[in-house]
Amino acid sequence: MKFFNYLLLFAVVGAVSLTSCNTGSSKKGNQGALGGNLAERVYVAPGEHDEFYAFISGGFNGQLAVYGLPSGRLFKVIPVFSVDAEKAYGFNEETKPMLNTSYGFIPWGDLHHPDISQTNGKLDGRWVFVNENNTPRIARVDLTTFETEEIIEIPNSAGNHSSSYVTDNTEYVIAGTRFAVPVPQRDMPINEYKGNFKGALSFLKVDPETGEMNIAFQIMMPGFDYDKAHPGRGKSHGWFFYTTYNTEEAHTLLEVNASQRDKDFVAAVNWKKAEEYIKEGKFETMKTNYAHNIYDEETHSAKTIWEKEVKILDPSKLPGLVYFMPMPKSPHGCDVDPSGEYIVGSGKLSANVTVHSFTKMLEAIKNEKFAGDAYGIPILNFEDVLAGTVVQPGLGPLHTEFDGKGNAYTTFFISSEVVKWKLGTWEVVDRKPTYYSVGHLMIPGGNSQAPFGKYLVAMNKITKDRYLPTGPEVTQSAQLYDITGEKMELLLDFPTVGEPHYAAGIPADLVAPNSKKYYKLEENKHPYATLSEKDTKVVRDGNTVHVYMTMIRSHFAPDNIEGIKVGDKVYFHVTNLEQDYDVPHGISMIGANTSEMLIMPGQTETFVWDATAEGVWPFYCTDFCSALHQEMQGYVRVSPKGSDVPLKWSLDDE
Amino acid sequence: MIIGALLLLALFVFPLWNITLEAPQYPDPLGMNIWINKITDQEPNDIKNINLMNHYVGMKEIPEHMPEFDIFPKVIIAMSVMGIIIGFVGRRGLYVTWFVVMSILGAAGMYDFYLWEYEYGHNLNENAAIKFLDDQGNPLDYQPPLFGTEVILNFIARSYPSTGAYFLFSGMMLSLVAFYVDKKEEQKNEIT
Repeated sequence: MKFFNYLLLFAVVGAVSLTSCNTGSSKKGNQGALGGNLAERVYVAPGEHDEFYAFISGGFNGQLAVYGLPSGRLFKVIPVFSVDAEKAYGFNEETKPMLNTSYGFIPWGDLHHPDISQTNGKLDGRWVFVNENNTPRIARVDLTTFETEEIIEIPNSAGNHSSSYVTDNTEYVIAGTRFAVPVPQRDMPINEYKGNFKGALSFLKVDPETGEMNIAFQIMMPGFDYDKAHPGRGKSHGWFFYTTYNTEEAHTLLEVNASQRDKDFVAAVNWKKAEEYIKEGKFETMKTNYAHNIYDEETHSAKTIWEKEVKILDPSKLPGLVYFMPMPKSPHGCDVDPSGEYIVGSGKLSANVTVHSFTKMLEAIKNEKFAGDAYGIPILNFEDVLAGTVVQPGLGPLHTEFDGKGNAYTTFFISSEVVKWKLGTWEVVDRKPTYYSVGHLMIPGGNSQAPFGKYLVAMNKITKDRYLPTGPEVTQSAQLYDITGEKMELLLDFPTVGEPHYAAGIPADLVAPNSKKYYKLEENKHPYATLSEKDTKVVRDGNTVHVYMTMIRSHFAPDNIEGIKVGDKVYFHVTNLEQDYDVPHGISMIGANTSEMLIMPGQTETFVWDATAEGVWPFYCTDFCSALHQEMQGYVRVSPKGSDVPLKWSLDDE
Repeated sequence: MIIGALLLLALFVFPLWNITLEAPQYPDPLGMNIWINKITDQEPNDIKNINLMNHYVGMKEIPEHMPEFDIFPKVIIAMSVMGIIIGFVGRRGLYVTWFVVMSILGAAGMYDFYLWEYEYGHNLNENAAIKFLDDQGNPLDYQPPLFGTEVILNFIARSYPSTGAYFLFSGMMLSLVAFYVDKKEEQKNEIT
């Protein structure tokens, strides 16, 4: 009898493994291009354009990558928080100030959450805002030049993760604090964290014309970890919602000690109330020091402004500013549906997705029905604000986006899938696997009032066997799903640059027509610009030499320079005189202790070259610019210290 | 007749001729508009970029000023004024004379334009970086077509009349119409 039992067990195990094998292979078969017309639906014929732009964060590479959808083709990698030798970003004299911080020049950053500017809750395609998690900063990328125009440091903050989302009219872009810290910073025992550390939530006002940011105020919250955030939309415009974890205020072994409570909080911040308090002067001004770096398109140069103070609001003393809504188990994603009614929290250790109601929240606040308070901030009752629960849709819920047709899509990291469910009825409609361990997902406009519910992009942390192997380090990936039908369809896998955290997508016709073709020479206000060949010159000032150089197909002017001496510091200020689309020139010089420069038409950039040895040293164009690109070269003659070789520069010996 | 003569003045408002150059690298063609008193960019910087392209084969830059730019406007004004006077005088023999004179002047203008194009396309800098030979082994010329479309190396050159030319042409046609209408009226008068 026992033997028979064993036999049965064997048979069952065998059957199970057989079935799983089968499902495995048939699953793969269905994804193939032969399975349907999938290839056709992502194919963008040569010379044709994609329907959407996707701005996908590069995570630990500090850059923002620009892709086309549905093709998944990569167009540009925009350096934001990390230096980029290809574009001389952070290497040339003009862009070095962009990476200034109160800690000095920082060549690297961790870029997480792109968000496109909005007007009336709709994408307006003017700027992309992105956050830096490690050394808290927010950057603004301009969508006419696709260049980083501004980076502002966030003081009193650490781990700027609940960032950089924008309100309905881009009134504010926000920054948060994932790692509570002493404010102001000071020497104190780490184990005195509880009750002493703070988590600042920063509101950056955005100039509606120029996009320029400034920190309007910071709300100094208790020392929880403010993980993700989402602005209220439509009816909840004026509010901002943040998920928190570590409300336990643990300072060590957080994986255990910050996972003890059954519920953490969603912090609901009334920023219109905050504006009133600021107007009434109910803030404290705190002395601090942080970098505000702005790139000027006309001088083609960045400068750092050192900001010295910030306005602080204390939520424990200012009633009506912040409320806490309990949310199960260390919530991560915090997402608000297009109507602004539903606030979706994903407890990453919970099996359910919990949705709160904005209307119910207002009702509970009106009735002053509180369960207690945390550091003077009222806590609402979980049941009073609960709209509904999506029951056991998967394991490890993270992020939710919306299609504007009443559906929500949530990613599940542990069970590695995207689940589609209905707002209001909370029923699961469909689920599709991801390959593997999906983090964020993105529907173009999917966090705004007006999503473009055609495609969904899932961004994976792990790819294992999905691509040709490239040693221990393999690519990360994005996956494109068609979401126009009742069921989602996986259309395409494509590798990404760096780690894709969040992304922002937008119809191409809202951006492409504004894309700049070149910089106008007559608008070039660079202090060392040379606007015509006859103005080129070489000027000595002690041991410093300034070369005013131009480039045009296919020569430099001047291309012969003599009279440089050993020990000179030579500044090459190079202006690209072209006024034509897609005719950049590059320049570098033998032994230059910096990157090349890739100079767009009408632009001026500067690199420094130290003349360390006598000789005649060549420089050349580094970008294949024209038929006679190979001839685009020149020489610098370096003479001994104290030599009387006169300073001389020429082109064609003239 | 008067309207026809006035239409000539449109040449001060619209370009006479248009030449575009399309190439693989220039899917949006470079182009220039030729007026009776100037040559202008079709899109900003087009002439600068045409010059940049052409310098490789040794062509001269497109001149900012030519003697024709002084002469043509005077001729057009003179002809227009004369046309108006003729219109008032109302002698139909004069209408046709005006038409013939205008046609001769137009042809002369086209011939002058051809001569300039010939010079522009043939008189090349002998130090040019790129020198091409034709099938007979003679230096290739880069003369743009007077009228029509022609392939010159990687460029497709298109040379066609522009708005101003159509006004000029209409004005001249109107003088002929005036001639025939007058003739018919005279005949009618004779019959009655």
